[in-house]
Amino acid sequence: MLKIENLHATVDGKPILNGVTLEIPSGEVHAIMGPNGSGKSTLSYVLAGREGYEVTEGSVTLNGVDLLAMEPEERAVAGVFLAFQAPVELPGVGNANFLRTALNAIRRARGEAEMDAMQFLKLARARMKVLNMPEEMLKRPVNVGFSGGEKKRNEMLQLALLAPKFAVLDETDSGLDIDALKLVADTVNSLRGPEFSALVITHYQRLLNHIVPDRVHVLSAGRVVRSGGPELAKELEASGYAGLQAAA
Amino acid sequence: MTAVTTTGAAAFLGRYEGLRARLPGARLPWVQALRDQAAEAFRRVGFPTRRMEAWKYTDLTRAVSNSSFGEPLTGVGDTVEVRPSAHPRAVFVDGRFRADLSTLDGVAFTAESLADALPGLEGRLGALARPENEPMAALNGMLFEDGLVVDVPQGVAGGALELLSIATESERAPAFHPRHLVRLGEGASLTLIESATGPLGARYLHNPVFEIEVAAGARLNHGRLQQEGFDGVFLSTVYARVASDAAYDNFTLNAGAKLARNEIHVALVGPKAEAHMNGVQMVADGQHADTTTSLDHAAPDCSSRQTYKTVLAGRSRGVFQGKIHVHQVAQRTDGYQMNQALLLSPEAEIDSKPQLEIYADDVKCSHGATVGELDAEQMFFLRSRGIPETQAKAILVEAFLTEAVEGVADEAIRAALARGVAGWWRRQGLPAGIEVA
Repeated sequence: MLKIENLHATVDGKPILNGVTLEIPSGEVHAIMGPNGSGKSTLSYVLAGREGYEVTEGSVTLNGVDLLAMEPEERAVAGVFLAFQAPVELPGVGNANFLRTALNAIRRARGEAEMDAMQFLKLARARMKVLNMPEEMLKRPVNVGFSGGEKKRNEMLQLALLAPKFAVLDETDSGLDIDALKLVADTVNSLRGPEFSALVITHYQRLLNHIVPDRVHVLSAGRVVRSGGPELAKELEASGYAGLQAAA
Repeated sequence: MTAVTTTGAAAFLGRYEGLRARLPGARLPWVQALRDQAAEAFRRVGFPTRRMEAWKYTDLTRAVSNSSFGEPLTGVGDTVEVRPSAHPRAVFVDGRFRADLSTLDGVAFTAESLADALPGLEGRLGALARPENEPMAALNGMLFEDGLVVDVPQGVAGGALELLSIATESERAPAFHPRHLVRLGEGASLTLIESATGPLGARYLHNPVFEIEVAAGARLNHGRLQQEGFDGVFLSTVYARVASDAAYDNFTLNAGAKLARNEIHVALVGPKAEAHMNGVQMVADGQHADTTTSLDHAAPDCSSRQTYKTVLAGRSRGVFQGKIHVHQVAQRTDGYQMNQALLLSPEAEIDSKPQLEIYADDVKCSHGATVGELDAEQMFFLRSRGIPETQAKAILVEAFLTEAVEGVADEAIRAALARGVAGWWRRQGLPAGIEVA
């Protein structure tokens, strides 16, 4: 279970999160919606431990373990994964080498056996096939020259390979066509199970047709202002956020 | 005449006076004349100072000009161990050729000690070096004792040759000034892998000068691994002359020594000659590394490519100076120069000075320079995927260096280079970067 309690965070001294409280039990997928500037991306970065996002109050725990005290890499080892809204390019770093290095760093930190090149390639190829990714994407530098859709699929490949306990998808659907959207949804749905939970950040109802969330939360001015079932997303799609902000 | 103001320069001049009659070639008038001219030039200028444009960013005062160095001892270093190699190899210990450690049997070209070959080198030795312009070449011209002379005959594919320079532990803080001559005949080829090393904590001055002639249609791949001991001083000057349709490919890893200068002068003198000059400088706390290139486009339709990358850690300093001179006759020149620095510490400093002088009107010449730190977003991305901070750093530094290394055509040089980079890494206490899948 991921538990966020009264989370306050600032960026450059400016308060962005103003008391977020949220519980995502294991096995559940929750969605966060909200207008631009409501703090959605900040929440995702705070959960993953990005520098420059300062937590001033509150707590975040994953299965009872304090995440905020951990470095980003320790959070990954603990099972946290962030799918980036704008995937980062790494010129000069081959995709396959990057993926294997990440996978083995986590396995090593967990005291698990490392994967040799053969085992890794077998696993990566299988995952890529499901994601409809050509194998040559393993040889290219990470995200360099990738189309928007290819970058997002590469994020999903990382998600599938690293198999986290808790994943945050930060507007992974933005700029995707319907086929790519379905591949993203398939990846998340394939991981669903009693040990997995996810927070799907999105502007649109569209993605939530394919990843049906257990709960939907609305973030506004750095706070959860409303929560409900999947039907809430549909309601927001029809009426927008204006009324909610007034209520908050 | 300006008086010599440094104790170091005075000591070297005094040594020359004392050794003049005993240095190799002392009985050959042309050698004596060359040495005297070099001595005259050195007496006039002394060690380079920061008042000289070419030495503005590299200060020799403490490490060299006011230091004292001794003679290399002969006969010591018998216990020197060299790692086995798949290639033929010429080994120099404290600047002197060691036939017993070298393996030059069966090569398809001539490779011999300069001290031995000296009588036959009139007109060749000193043909390219300019003691009147470069004080370190003057010091070398005055005191050289040995070196490697390589001759690859016309049409011969010479394969790979290693040139190993080893400094030994010595309380005398030896200075040695080898002069290496490399000549490729028409259509010949050679891969020369040069490596300079020395023990930790040993103070010495290694001041090699190369004179390289690449005849029409020939190709020389010249890989240089400078991994001197951290109290050593390495001041090297390369002169290369490249004829029509010939190629000179220089890659330098500048990673060792307390103070290192990699100075390269290349002249493209025949149509369609090519020069590739790439390099990586890895500079750690307390080190100073300088790469200074000067490229003369003196014939039409020539091309040149330069990519230099410098990584600086701790309190360190890096220098890149790159001059491209396109003569009026050099129409349709294609020149490119890029130098980039990555600062890993706030106390590191890089000085970069590109300089283009173009006198022809139909040329394509571009240059660029960047200085940056590790990208915070890339660091966060790697760490968010479970990669520890130091390993993430290592990955990004490797990635930064990749472009310069990928430009190296020769497989053997690339492999030697990868070993060199990994060695630097270990010494910095950094883990290996990327795992190869």
